[in-house]
Amino acid sequence: MMASVAEKNLYQVNSRGYYGTFGGAFIPEMLYPNVEELREHYLQIISDPSFQAEYNDLLRNYVGRPTPLYKANRLSEKYNTNIFLKREDLCHTGAHKVNNTIGQILLAKRLGKKRVVAETGAGQHGVATATVCALMNIECIVYMGELDIERQAPNVARMKMLGAEVRAATCGSKTLKDATNEAMRHWINNPVDTHYIIGSVVGPHPYPDMVARFQSIISEEMRWQLKEQTGKETPDYVVACVGGGSNAAGAFYHFLDEEQVKLVAVEAAGQGVHSGHSAATTALGKPGVLHGSRTILMQTEDGQVTEPYSISAGLDYPGIGPQHAYLFDSGRGTFLSATDDEAVQAAFELTRLEGIIPALESSHALAVLGKLGATPNETVILNLSGRGDKDMATYMKYID
Amino acid sequence: MNRITKLFKESTNQEGLLNVYFTAGFPKLDDTLKVLTALQEGGADLVEIGMPYSDPVADGETIQKSNDQALENGMTVRILFDQLKDMRQTINVPVLLMGYVNPVLQYGIEDFCKKCAEVGVDGLILPDLPLDVYESEYKHIFDAHGILNIFLITPQTSEKRIRQIDEVGEGFIYTVSSASVTGSKSGVSGDMEAYFNRLNAMNLQNPRLIGFGIKDHATFKKASEYAAGAIIGSAFIRVLEQSNNLSEDIKNFVYQVKNVSQEEINA
Repeated sequence: MMASVAEKNLYQVNSRGYYGTFGGAFIPEMLYPNVEELREHYLQIISDPSFQAEYNDLLRNYVGRPTPLYKANRLSEKYNTNIFLKREDLCHTGAHKVNNTIGQILLAKRLGKKRVVAETGAGQHGVATATVCALMNIECIVYMGELDIERQAPNVARMKMLGAEVRAATCGSKTLKDATNEAMRHWINNPVDTHYIIGSVVGPHPYPDMVARFQSIISEEMRWQLKEQTGKETPDYVVACVGGGSNAAGAFYHFLDEEQVKLVAVEAAGQGVHSGHSAATTALGKPGVLHGSRTILMQTEDGQVTEPYSISAGLDYPGIGPQHAYLFDSGRGTFLSATDDEAVQAAFELTRLEGIIPALESSHALAVLGKLGATPNETVILNLSGRGDKDMATYMKYID
Repeated sequence: MNRITKLFKESTNQEGLLNVYFTAGFPKLDDTLKVLTALQEGGADLVEIGMPYSDPVADGETIQKSNDQALENGMTVRILFDQLKDMRQTINVPVLLMGYVNPVLQYGIEDFCKKCAEVGVDGLILPDLPLDVYESEYKHIFDAHGILNIFLITPQTSEKRIRQIDEVGEGFIYTVSSASVTGSKSGVSGDMEAYFNRLNAMNLQNPRLIGFGIKDHATFKKASEYAAGAIIGSAFIRVLEQSNNLSEDIKNFVYQVKNVSQEEINA
């Protein structure tokens, strides 16, 4: 089952849809034909030159890529190392999420789908999906937990303005995991004409691989930008936050086989890893099945999925993508965590040192800069996955 | 012989076999055995006990809510096995457990199958356990304990895959009547008839029970024309939700579905 050590792409998905023992497609038979259709076609569609041309054109002229790789001098000085920020916060819609939705909407069109369904937690992926659906004139339904709809009113308004229908997930804990369940149910009920745009590197194969490929543009740009600016082929560290893990998957992608590059994933510890209010999946979770893949998830002894907690809605997810589970399990990735308070403190630090207000999610990555042990000669690339406008209500509570 | 296999083999029932689903630990934690007993007394031919799960993606709202309630009541896999430990002193009908794969994995597949055999569970329905994983990793464990694994097919399932499922699956094939989660559509439409007739023409080795959209005598009778019988879930959960007298209401529901007359009941 596992690829041999000598083989390249050791950390990429294998032909059966697994990363080591993680991944696969643990789905009810009702979803099998939909997922099978994707699995059969996604690689061929993505590698088609006409797809690539359209995707790249939209990334450049619509999303605003390449996003800058910015040497943060004052932040570097503070931590006595060389810190570069990959500015995904400058993407259209304010986060990296749109890299994936652009790719998937083009795929949905080529599969002849008439409608798109998506899940969203904080609303960032919902907004990115509603955006591309408006662009392509495709009907869009976004499921969102009833609690999140109350908590994230501005993003609900954005989605509605973009023409999407926002539907409340009213069962279970009424948050992201329940919205994901509802989106899957919608797909079961509408198997032929609907495409499900999953927002992270989670779900049944081929989703984790497909989303990672669409996000891999992040590390592709990092490589040539770093070379251009410093002459170095690779950084010493790549740091990214992980909820489901899509921005981290994109930031790690082209460094996976370069074992000298330390890949640092930062989870949300909430009020503290062992406080009972946390989303630090690798610290608290066990292997199991969540949303169609074998991965690491937070669960009770009885195997019920636990409701996570984080100040950042985008990291408030009880699992991680199967590739991340494999990076954790194999030791290739280093998994750290940051609490709510550490993240907020890091957000203010970046704002005051560099004049950049980061998203709460990205602030978790910033919060571990002091824990890396990076030396003055080393280079750190931190993926600044989103901007903080959406989090102003939270930040304002901390001002003064 | 496994009770499920025996039932289909020996049944002379021309009206169709009725399989009823209910959620364990619902409406109250200790209702499991009471519901099971009333279903047998009412005349259900098989019973499918749902193991509540926090994220039941294949189920519609009615069954989701019963899952939430059962979990709130404190239901777990361990408690369920404890509730069922003496059931075979009184329960003769085949009993299946239906649920999602994660709680079973956490219990341990081997221990789970062993426990099923111990308490007298005959088969499992785990919709999110894929065919290939079952075959390569778990089938030998199920076989060793005499537990049958029931697979689902839908109108979208290809003929090739139906044949694979027929080859690997045992007991019966759970034939989902339409593209939907449980409880969302009802009745038997023209499209469905074509699908059911197509299945009949395939001469599968396993018998079929039709599920999803079966709610009363008319839909049960119609479905049974195309298969060995049918499965009722959401409609029965709604009966449990509204009941003030579980045993009576359950028996009456089963009588109605099977169209058993008052004289026959009295006799």
